[in-house]
Amino acid sequence: MLLEAPFTEDKIRALKVGDMVEITGVVFTGRDAVHTYLHQGGASPVDLSDGIIYHCGPVVVKEGGRWVVKAAGPTTSAREEPYQGDIIRKFRLRGVIGKGGMGPKTLAACRETGAVYLHAIGGAAQVLAEKVIAVEGVHLMEKFGSPEAIWVFRVARFPAVVTMDSHGNSLHARVLAESEAALGRVRQGA
Amino acid sequence: MESKVLQKNLLELIRRTSAELPDDVVRVIEKGWRREEAGSNAKYALKVVLDNIKLAKKKSQPLCQDTGTIICYAELPAWLPQAKFECAFEAAVVQATEVGYLRQNSVDSLTGKNSGNNLGPGSPSFHCSPAKGRALTARLILKGGGCENVGIQYSLPDGRVGAGRDLAGVRLCLLDAVHQAQGKGCGPGILGVCIGGDRGSGYVVSKEELFRPLDDVNPDPRLAKLEKQIMKDANELGIGPMGFGGSTTLLGCKITHRNRLPASFFVSVSYMCWAFRRNGIVLSESGKITRWLYDS
Repeated sequence: MLLEAPFTEDKIRALKVGDMVEITGVVFTGRDAVHTYLHQGGASPVDLSDGIIYHCGPVVVKEGGRWVVKAAGPTTSAREEPYQGDIIRKFRLRGVIGKGGMGPKTLAACRETGAVYLHAIGGAAQVLAEKVIAVEGVHLMEKFGSPEAIWVFRVARFPAVVTMDSHGNSLHARVLAESEAALGRVRQGA
Repeated sequence: MESKVLQKNLLELIRRTSAELPDDVVRVIEKGWRREEAGSNAKYALKVVLDNIKLAKKKSQPLCQDTGTIICYAELPAWLPQAKFECAFEAAVVQATEVGYLRQNSVDSLTGKNSGNNLGPGSPSFHCSPAKGRALTARLILKGGGCENVGIQYSLPDGRVGAGRDLAGVRLCLLDAVHQAQGKGCGPGILGVCIGGDRGSGYVVSKEELFRPLDDVNPDPRLAKLEKQIMKDANELGIGPMGFGGSTTLLGCKITHRNRLPASFFVSVSYMCWAFRRNGIVLSESGKITRWLYDS
């Protein structure tokens, strides 16, 4: 299903775990350095309200005076778990794209403010780079280096799976619990 | 061989490793895709993965944006001094970074500053040994951070896992490693395992094990049996691609062993993501690539 900007609370609240969506609109990359910076009170150089942050450290090169995205898959989100919930609340984010899922603090913030976690396909850097139709800016590049900068990407039909919704459901928590039970059975097996 | 020729060949090794997944890996991913249920998140994930493999090859661009730790294993013939090889490889790495085959991926651990060209203390990571003949063999793995972070080392006995100092205990460790990783290492994954050794050598050897073809059979029947068992057990955990749930959790398991001290019993596990970028070249003295170690 399509998820198009503007990312309103209604649209986000309608999403459920397991939904396969295609995102069209602007997303902001931000990974470890950006999350630490924002969490420590740093000012955001972009307006994040009703926005989507993408845990991604892309390969971007300048060709003929313009930025070209060479690879842009997600990075592991778990590292941002200590910061993400507070950042969702403070900046009124509507979505987080990443991989590997996040924990209870982020899930609580999603429920409270109306936000979702969108799981991109880890490693699929080329398919996902093709969905970036324009680079609209870059911030904090000097400070953090290219992979850690905030890149402003306009994306079209960017594929992701909702794995944490705004109603307290997490596919990651469910798979963890089910695989733990399976592990118990398998351990007895041999 | 001139340094420039050597550098050009090593650049091609980096390009191909970063952009093209070996056939043995593609085959097991396709098998997983066929097995997953129609309409499931798991099948969707593997479809995107397969599309991505084709696209990266076609565009000659990095399969994954995390172009990883650059781990180079070289067997150096007498005519090639190690310093000359490393110098040429480093020059190829700088060039590969400039053209975007590699991301700017090497950060000073004290200041957090990115070197911008992938060079720095310990980067790239070299493991050189003397070659028997006149040819140079250079093997390369690009191992991303997501999967490296879920690697794990056990010291047996391990109370939490309930693992004793035998192969039954090793089995429990490997199942625990897969369970702990969930989807965080960009599964479906491949395990490289070393039983024994010290803490350092155990991890180095576990990574070298990843060079084995995925469809081979371990020459040691005890380990062949264990590998087969792990594949069966792990794929019953239901973790699936990306941790979305499903029946494709592990694509391969390769185990070797080293002697240990009576007091130590380490099990070192390197988890590799589906974007299993490894390749190698055999290079003649005249500067010609005579063989690629993996078809892609």
